[in-house]
Amino acid sequence: MPWTIYLSFAGALLAALVPRDKPTLARWFALAVAVAGLAIAVAGYAAGFGQGRQVFIDALWVPSMGIHYMLVADGISRVLVLLTGIASVSGVLFSWNIDLRTNQFFAFYLALIGGVYGVFLSGDLFLLFVFYEIAIVPKYFLIAIWGSTRREYGAMKLALYSFAGSAMVLIGLLAAYVTACSHSTTFAALASAGLPVSFQMWCFPLVFVGFGILAGLWPFHTWAPTGHVAAPTSASMLLAGVVMKLGAYGCLRVGIGLFPHGLDPWGFSFLGIGSWRDVFAWLAVIGIVYGALVALAQTDFKFVIGYSSVSHMGFVLLGLMTLNRIGVDGAVLQMFSHGIIAGLLFAIAGRVVYDRTHTRQFAELEPMHLSRRLPFAAWAFVVAGVASIGLPGFSGFVAELQVLVGAWRANPWWTAVSGIGIIVGVAYVWRALQKAFFTDILPTAHELEAEQHQNFPPITWPEFAGVALLGACTLVVGLHPSILLDQIEPAVKTLLAGGAQ
Amino acid sequence: MNYVDLFRVVLPETALEIAALLVLIVDLGFLRRAAAKARIAAAALVGVLGCAAALWAVYAARNNGLGVMGSHSLMAWGIAPAAQIAILVLTALTLLLLIDSEFTRNPGEYVAVVLMAAAGGLIIAAAQDLLVIFVGLELLSLGLYILTAFAKKCGKSAEAAMKYYLFGGMSAAFLLFGFSYFYGLTGTTSLAGIRTTVCQLGPAPLFYVAWILVIAGLGFKVAAVPFHLWAPDTYEGAPAPAAAFIASVSKVASFALLLTFFGGTFFSIRGQDLSANHVDHLFSQYMGSWTHVIEVMLVVAVATMIVGNLAALAQSSVRRLLAYSAIAHAGYILLGVCPLPHVSPVPQSAGMGAVLQSLISHQLPVLYYIVTYGLTAIGAFGVVGVVERVTGSDKLDSFVGLQKRNPLLAAVLLVLFLSLAGIPPLVGFWAKFNLFAAVLAVGAGPVPFALVALAIAFSAVSLYYYLQVLKRAYVMPATDETPIKAHPVTLAVLLLIAAAVVVLGCFPALLQNWIASFYA
Repeated sequence: MPWTIYLSFAGALLAALVPRDKPTLARWFALAVAVAGLAIAVAGYAAGFGQGRQVFIDALWVPSMGIHYMLVADGISRVLVLLTGIASVSGVLFSWNIDLRTNQFFAFYLALIGGVYGVFLSGDLFLLFVFYEIAIVPKYFLIAIWGSTRREYGAMKLALYSFAGSAMVLIGLLAAYVTACSHSTTFAALASAGLPVSFQMWCFPLVFVGFGILAGLWPFHTWAPTGHVAAPTSASMLLAGVVMKLGAYGCLRVGIGLFPHGLDPWGFSFLGIGSWRDVFAWLAVIGIVYGALVALAQTDFKFVIGYSSVSHMGFVLLGLMTLNRIGVDGAVLQMFSHGIIAGLLFAIAGRVVYDRTHTRQFAELEPMHLSRRLPFAAWAFVVAGVASIGLPGFSGFVAELQVLVGAWRANPWWTAVSGIGIIVGVAYVWRALQKAFFTDILPTAHELEAEQHQNFPPITWPEFAGVALLGACTLVVGLHPSILLDQIEPAVKTLLAGGAQ
Repeated sequence: MNYVDLFRVVLPETALEIAALLVLIVDLGFLRRAAAKARIAAAALVGVLGCAAALWAVYAARNNGLGVMGSHSLMAWGIAPAAQIAILVLTALTLLLLIDSEFTRNPGEYVAVVLMAAAGGLIIAAAQDLLVIFVGLELLSLGLYILTAFAKKCGKSAEAAMKYYLFGGMSAAFLLFGFSYFYGLTGTTSLAGIRTTVCQLGPAPLFYVAWILVIAGLGFKVAAVPFHLWAPDTYEGAPAPAAAFIASVSKVASFALLLTFFGGTFFSIRGQDLSANHVDHLFSQYMGSWTHVIEVMLVVAVATMIVGNLAALAQSSVRRLLAYSAIAHAGYILLGVCPLPHVSPVPQSAGMGAVLQSLISHQLPVLYYIVTYGLTAIGAFGVVGVVERVTGSDKLDSFVGLQKRNPLLAAVLLVLFLSLAGIPPLVGFWAKFNLFAAVLAVGAGPVPFALVALAIAFSAVSLYYYLQVLKRAYVMPATDETPIKAHPVTLAVLLLIAAAVVVLGCFPALLQNWIASFYA
């Protein structure tokens, strides 16, 4: 599995060296690298059943500080690596139409993917941080160069939010390293270092918020909608699909794994909030409801999906804060599920529809009668939409159900309020479906005539392949969730039982 | 000590001076009628050979055992040889950048001045005596003034040199004034002697006066706020290779000197037979005279960080941006230079090993930072120099579309600026990381923590202005698509620097082990 990382970085370097007048070569090369990465991820995943924690490599990297170059994978890592593999392949497929500086696009793209793989496989605190930071810079360039609406603003905002978040994380990590006085910075060593409770109390929120910024934690989520909207389709797929998961993964692995006592009660309570756990759970619940409500009011197709991501990531964070097994299982499953579904939604809105209609405004899409003229897009969006709502049979259902059950056990009010978010979630997906595809305004004769002259280009094979891949994934996981849960459950159990051992 | 010993101790400096004379002889004696290109190439070549010879001399001094013996005025152990080697390598790199530039018709003189200034740098990196320090510092500074003014046809260059000279002269006066207080109070010019006397006398008000004057003088050399005003003008006006020299070599030497001043904390009683009680007493006396100095240094460091980063946000000239970024970096380094982490006494029972360990953990991160910063700064000025020569300006907008006009140059710029911003896995990240970890490591209280938090927050701010340059190079479409051609040697040097930044970043232990090996 470490080869996923090396392959992606080597691919990035080589993609940059592809001559710039050979875009087709760059595309096929990137696809080959992504598919190879996916193949390794699938093989690694399949080999991981019943394995528990696998250590791939453990070498001393910076001896003076005890930093190890240590790559490990447990069930959670393997699931997320698998997600990254799927997202990277479908992302390459949906960026098939990039003609501007294609080689550079795929170089940045693969560098980002490599960093993401690295984060999920890191077994050392600072190695994780290094990979985490590597993922920031390519995002900026992907959005700023190949993006659309207000791309430079969106890209800079995203880069600064990410960097501010990682600055908070770095402060927390350095403090943890110094406080632990440990001769090793692997998760296992730090988790058993016995950090004082008072230290964990202030370090946990710092690190959690730092990672949470990237996970779309309300009220630090504002980079997400602007970033998603500004990004080129495949970059928004990656942003929503895997980059937001980096934040959530950091919250889980570093925040909860290393500072479990940071979640202990303070000893006093104010308005019913008696611990950091309550604080972040309520922020997550607010994120769920707020994201859904704001999505309901949007007029831009991509903004709807951008805010829906905030809402769905709220479920992940809420699941983490339940601290019981079913809730955290659900959170990890929701990471996977949202990665797939959001990727599908962005692909349809940003690529399949936008590239043909050149607009994302509902007011302009409505008179176009896309259900008739782009039936593939319309029905693909129906599938993605119902998956996003959480219809049984799709991955979102299993994940959100587990989160809600876990939340009920922890605090029924969390579930009750999140329920509002789910209902509003149905509403905004229906609204988007209706506005964008299934309008009930009948076309005028004049419009019909105009349509004759201006036919949309047919669906291309990469688009079809990408939609099929993502749709199949959400369906398979929805019908047979144990394919992922079998690996997630033991890993979550050990993580909750006592840090990262 | 006879003259032969003296000659052996200062062999590296002597090598540089001989090379400087050789350059003049070759350039003025044999190549007067040769083409300008050939003269520049010959001068740079002789200069690089001189640096190589001096490098050999530094290594030889270590291997001959001279390193341990050394002398009372020049140290050949620990930070000194490491900084000297760094100075020589960086000097050679800046000399190679000269090959592509055409600001002067007198390359021989330029190279000779560079070599002499570098010799001054070697002296202050090793000096242990106030007088030697002052001589070395003046040798370096006078060279820098001349180099700044070397583009004789350019009014900006002359203006910058004048400003630099006036500020520099003032700061030298401060420094000398401070030195004279030290001498007056202790009756000796050797740093070790001064430390011992301070230990015995305890805190005296006049020491503070002396310290403040010295901080003012040295703060000027490293461009610490409020002594930084020369930096933006000098960086903007000086010819690019000279600016690279000022930003790298002079910084390395000055910070090595600062470390000698502030890093020796308790080291002076090495080898003396003292009872534990006596040592404790001496230590408390010594620390008593330190606290306020440390406070002043911390205020300076914080101000430097804040002013440097905030001012850089507003710059439209890349050279000025680099100048303010250099000020910001000086602020981070000053945090590490402050003896703050070593407020707690080294446990006496731990013996020499622990003393040595604490010395290394104080000096190594600072040296690591400044050496890697110097390397990156040379590369950055190299790129700016090339772009400036073709477009005629160093404004941000002259970098627009660089990735199209010269992809390699743009890639080098990307690597170097991201390293300056502290993005892993580039070496700039590890420099910051080591430094901040070292500040936190020993004094785990609210103050070091707040300082590090501030520094990390400001390095997040710094990403914004580095991205402003990269945005123009990579994001904005080129308005003018004519290729920017760079001389092969320049390009090779820049690629070498970028590769070093990446490799040292991927294997951070390489440089750490190398520096630590000098403490053996």
